[in-house]
Amino acid sequence: MAFLTIANLHKRFDDHVVVHDFNMSIEQGEFITFLGPSGCGKTTVLRMIAGFETPTSGAITVGKDDITHLSPQKRGIGMVFQSYALFPNMNVTDNIAFGLKMRKLSSADISRKVAEVIKLVELKGKENHYPHELSGGQRQRVALARALVVEPRILLLDEPLSALDARIRKNLREQIRDIQRRLGLTTIFVTHDQEEALTMSDRIFVMNQGRVEQEGRAEMVYTQPATEFVARFMGNYNLLGAADAHKLLGLDIQGHMAIRPESIHVLDASANQEGALDATIRQHQLLGSIIRYQVESQGITLQVDRLNRTASDLMPAGTAVKLQISRDDMREVR
Amino acid sequence: MKTSRIGAWVAIAIGTLYFLLPLIATFEFSLKMNRDGYSFEAYKVVLSDPGFQATFGYSTLMALLTIIVGILLVVPTAYWIQLKLPRLRPVVEFITLMPLVIPAIVIVFGYLKLYNSSSWLPLTGNDRATDFLLMCSYVTLALPYLYRSIDTGLRAIDVRTLTEAAESLGASWPNILFKVIFPNVKSAILSGAFLTFAVVIGEFTMASLLGRPAFGPYLQLIGANRAYEPSALAIIAFLVTWASMGLIQVFARNARGTRKSA
Amino acid sequence: MATSSESLPQDPASSRGQTRKGLTLSSFNWLGVLPFFLFALMFLILPTLTLMVGAFQDANGHFTLANIGKLFDSNILSAYQISIEVSAASALGGSVIGMLLALAAIQGGLPQWIRPTLMTFSGVASNFAGVPLSFAFLSTLGRMGLVTVLLRTYADIDLYGTGFTILSFLGLTLTYLYFQIPLMVLIVTPAIDGLRAEWREACESLGGSGFHYWWHIALPILWPSILGSALLLFANAFGAVATAYALTGSSLNIVPILLYAQIRGDVLHDQNLGYALALGMVVITGLSNAGYIWLRSRAERGRE
Repeated sequence: MAFLTIANLHKRFDDHVVVHDFNMSIEQGEFITFLGPSGCGKTTVLRMIAGFETPTSGAITVGKDDITHLSPQKRGIGMVFQSYALFPNMNVTDNIAFGLKMRKLSSADISRKVAEVIKLVELKGKENHYPHELSGGQRQRVALARALVVEPRILLLDEPLSALDARIRKNLREQIRDIQRRLGLTTIFVTHDQEEALTMSDRIFVMNQGRVEQEGRAEMVYTQPATEFVARFMGNYNLLGAADAHKLLGLDIQGHMAIRPESIHVLDASANQEGALDATIRQHQLLGSIIRYQVESQGITLQVDRLNRTASDLMPAGTAVKLQISRDDMREVR
Repeated sequence: MKTSRIGAWVAIAIGTLYFLLPLIATFEFSLKMNRDGYSFEAYKVVLSDPGFQATFGYSTLMALLTIIVGILLVVPTAYWIQLKLPRLRPVVEFITLMPLVIPAIVIVFGYLKLYNSSSWLPLTGNDRATDFLLMCSYVTLALPYLYRSIDTGLRAIDVRTLTEAAESLGASWPNILFKVIFPNVKSAILSGAFLTFAVVIGEFTMASLLGRPAFGPYLQLIGANRAYEPSALAIIAFLVTWASMGLIQVFARNARGTRKSA
Repeated sequence: MATSSESLPQDPASSRGQTRKGLTLSSFNWLGVLPFFLFALMFLILPTLTLMVGAFQDANGHFTLANIGKLFDSNILSAYQISIEVSAASALGGSVIGMLLALAAIQGGLPQWIRPTLMTFSGVASNFAGVPLSFAFLSTLGRMGLVTVLLRTYADIDLYGTGFTILSFLGLTLTYLYFQIPLMVLIVTPAIDGLRAEWREACESLGGSGFHYWWHIALPILWPSILGSALLLFANAFGAVATAYALTGSSLNIVPILLYAQIRGDVLHDQNLGYALALGMVVITGLSNAGYIWLRSRAERGRE
């Protein structure tokens, strides 16, 4: 039986529907990500799980307990906020100990547990610092420790990395994933960054306008988008409308055809390959390990990625080429 | 949640009562000049009193002069501090806050000692000079309000970048000041100006001790000698203050509106 | 709001400006602020300093501590005492009530329009001090005041029979509260706005109740702001002349009125004692403002 179940969750603010028929069930120890643009309702779902918002309808169940209308204090769910939300009047130790004090643990237990978790998030030596004396990454690790130390049943992370700079973000996301695995903690992570979602999650829920567009394992969501929205949001898919797909590929489809840029092969113009398309290089962009070409074929522009092996490989604008696209790499999306 | 909302309503209700009662009482009292019923007789008497017209006119003029001189003194200073001398900011801020620390009565006492008719600069020697001194004293009183609102306004628009952008586009200094900086802090200047007006119009201590025929001392005189007119005057003074504050709100809202739509 | 970061060395704008044009123009840069400093010197600093010096001089300009000594005359001491009591009472009442009002309007879950209305009104009422305010309170709580009359007619309470008079300590305090409370609302609102919703949520998700939130988090964070604002209110009341003078004439023995009468030549006829009185006022308001500035900087340090 699933550990956390959400059934037919709706949330409406005045006339505005923010979350529409959200369903989910996750197992103990899973790392789940809600991925979507801002305003898609992902944070609202998270806040309903934490108990800061009341659902308009629907049910949230943890184990056998219906927690839909339980106060946040009684849920045993930990939350890490985007803005850290550290108490500015308390130092690191007191911030972390706060939840334990609320649970009326003995001071010996409190100091033992606080010391443990400080070691876990690698903040030794910062015990007596105040939040304003810490860097952003350190603050977020204090916030993480504060949520972890009370041993919550579920840990919620609301865009915890988006206020940090790139290097610290990478570092901290590995650390969070590592701690989550070690503790076997059921975790829900909210982000608008698809790279973050792909690297961290067991499963991803892609959300748009209050609805789940697609759910699935990280690699599935990336390689097999179900809808046009997911294809656009997850990668740099080439998306061909029905007319273009017919013109270029001779295929009759209903929605869109999604083709990943790295799955298109570039051949010499002289290559005699059946089904290859005549095309011309228009321009290129260097993206480090890959080069992204804008290639035109029959008036339709496609993006094609190639590995950046040597400088001499670069094909200048105007080069005539042939493109080969395998039918297996095309994906029809709604 | 429910109980705290009831508590909040109670707090607001008691506050409203405390703040409206004196106004209602004053208004009611001001209507009782005629024995046979409510009338606006007191207002008629007050408004037609040449003393009222003269002192109110004098104080209005003083307030306008104070605003003009205050703006001419504070805007360039605040601008220059932001642009060239950020290190001096704490010093200037401290000075502009001093009028809140040093009571007005102490400042004017100092004037009387420093600028009396037998001193090196006899500013109390004749009426025009004393008017000038009174205006300077009002600028001093207004410094905290003027500097704060103008400095906040300048900081909100990032003066340095705007100036550098204008410089690199070839704008001359007058153009930078009057076409770039000034329009962007207009609403801040205006709120400072209206606040100054509200402070100056009924000011008593300075005007009374410098012996100038301003509205504040006139109010006090009427209060000591008449029964109903003071209430009418209090209502008028309240309306003037309210108008000044209301105009600040209007300009603040307009500024926010234009910034949003821009 | 932006004041917390301005003094930090990492502010790129300020450090850039200092180095870039530093040498070529700096010798003339100070000309731009010369008018301001001249003005401040002539109409703020020198007048105050000359009084401070005068407090330590006798009529012939020789150094003496006699003026300071005369401050400890029982009449003057009691004036200081009443002044401090009225200021402290109105500052305490003003800050507590103003705080509660601001909290009610901002965090009380009341309709949206309450807050801007309260703010505008506070702007008006905090500036509605002085002579007109004393008229308003005379019309309300004076012998013929509306409330006095209503109480006598309908509730059978003789307010003045209980010993109350608008010219008393209580009457003056009640009057001062009329501008002290709104002033508190205006100063403390930014601090209350600084309380983040996430702090409450973090507290709740860690198992804390509303009481825990206020006791362990909100009040400790607000505390320096509340105390600092109370000190500012104290100084504000301590220097007020017009309200008290118009309300009580010379019948209430408080320092600003004593000084006012002294300057007008009504009583003491001792210029240098006047200077000492002024010095005493500046010392007291100065101390409470220094406390305000210190506490405000502490309150801002904790904020990010």
